[in-house]
Amino acid sequence: MKITVDMDKCIGAGLCVVAAPQVFAQNDDDGLVIVLNENPPADQHEAVREAARLCPALVIHLQDDND
Amino acid sequence: MYPSSIDTSERSVGEDGLPNFPMRRCPFAPPAEYAEIRKKPGLSKVRMPDGAWAWIVTRHNEVKQVLGDNRFSTVPSTPNYPMIAPARASLLRNEHPATLIRMDPPEHTKHRRMFSREFMVKTVEAMKPYLNDLVDRLLDEMEAKGGSCDFAEVFALALPTTVISNMLGVPYEDQEYFHERALQKLDLKADPEVPLRAGREMREYLDGLITRKLEAAEPADDLITRMLHNYMLPGHITRAEALATAELLLMGGHETTANMIALGCLSLLLHPDQKDALVADPSLVVGAVEEMLRFHTIVHYNGPRVALEDVEVGGTLIRKGDGVLALISAANRDPAAFDDPDRFDIRRKALHHVAFSFGSHQCLGQALARAELQIVFSKLFQRFPNLKLAVPVEELEFRYDAFVYGIEKLPVTW
Ligand code: HEM
Ligand code: SF4
Repeated sequence: MKITVDMDKCIGAGLCVVAAPQVFAQNDDDGLVIVLNENPPADQHEAVREAARLCPALVIHLQDDND
Repeated sequence: MYPSSIDTSERSVGEDGLPNFPMRRCPFAPPAEYAEIRKKPGLSKVRMPDGAWAWIVTRHNEVKQVLGDNRFSTVPSTPNYPMIAPARASLLRNEHPATLIRMDPPEHTKHRRMFSREFMVKTVEAMKPYLNDLVDRLLDEMEAKGGSCDFAEVFALALPTTVISNMLGVPYEDQEYFHERALQKLDLKADPEVPLRAGREMREYLDGLITRKLEAAEPADDLITRMLHNYMLPGHITRAEALATAELLLMGGHETTANMIALGCLSLLLHPDQKDALVADPSLVVGAVEEMLRFHTIVHYNGPRVALEDVEVGGTLIRKGDGVLALISAANRDPAAFDDPDRFDIRRKALHHVAFSFGSHQCLGQALARAELQIVFSKLFQRFPNLKLAVPVEELEFRYDAFVYGIEKLPVTW
């Protein structure tokens, strides 16, 4: 799985951090998303998909590979 | 069984056959018409009080589609913006300058980002020890009342009012002044002059407060002071914008959460088995809070939008310039998204609800609201295991005609 984020649209709602705290964080200055791990391990995939689904600004994009 | 509401009954269907909006709701459910409309293919039209028509969107996926698409504007001066009531139209058309809640990107993005760090998950995490102590203290004060009180006022309103006053740096003593005006601003049945005056008075008060903050020898450690020093003094926002934003945060920070605490408490009192389960297993509180948010969807008339371009939604072509009501209260009762949606069930997975809206305007204060609600409902019934309604549920008065739904009083005993 590869994560990309569309920073221009991020509103800093932080739902990604709630859903997948090991993969997403928020920047101290403006609360915008930080991806801690662009290629998260398999045990995080479920949480990352939840984050992408919940993100209100449709910022998080996932590319699935078969790993 | 329950008293019912807003007096559109005599005009439920207009002369041209379009259903009138708003429709009569029940204490614990949005208007029954939403379910009927949801079953029809495509989108339906409704007639607004001022005679204009608008598309009504009731399905969860389509409400998310509209709210998540920036081709739908939230700027109230756009022609055809659906106005729920004359009082609302008067308020929205005369709000100058606009605050971020009524801006479209890219302006919205710029303003929202000035405040996102103040409300981010990490900031709220750091507030939790303070919130825990405060909830304990307010529960003590409630206990000191003897054996009964109006939970809505003594606890549900006091908590978020104290929190937001503290965060913004607004003296708590002035809370009555704000609360009174906040209710006037949200009253859909008010004379159109009333919400306007209430807003003006709030801003006059805040103007004085801002002057005092600017004159302080040492800048205080609060949100308003930071806004003045980081954004107003360097010229990113005007003084009028700073005032309007302070007002938005003050309103958004207490009215909503207060109503949610009272209605959430009521729902648990009416479902004692679920209340007991929550006491036995505190880990249920996270899901319980999401379910309260979904079930009550207190910002029940959100969200009005106007199409800036032609957009297809659910097989219907919305034309550029059409008014749209993407109703979060209907989306949260869509059986395609929530099994048996009219059942209150703290064990369901409800996190995909849209009670905080969706898209770029999704609630700025949601992490704070969640933290307050989770702490309240992990402590309340532990402290008061015998908490009960002091009056029959039929006697409770609900705020049918308020932009933010809620309850007037919640008399309880323990
Ligand atoms: C249970 C409590 C709450 C609920 C149900 C709620 C609900 C909502 C909803 C539905 C919106 C979208 C409005 C729109 O699209 O027009 C919103 C936006 C907003 N809320 Fe909340 N809210 C709550 C608590 C709070 C708190 C504690 C604050 C703190 C100050 C807050 C501040 C805001 C602000 C500033 C916006 C505008 C965001 C934007 O337009 O980007 N809310 N809220
Ligand atoms: S949930 Fe979306 S909008 Fe919110 S901080 Fe994360 S990426 Fe940004």
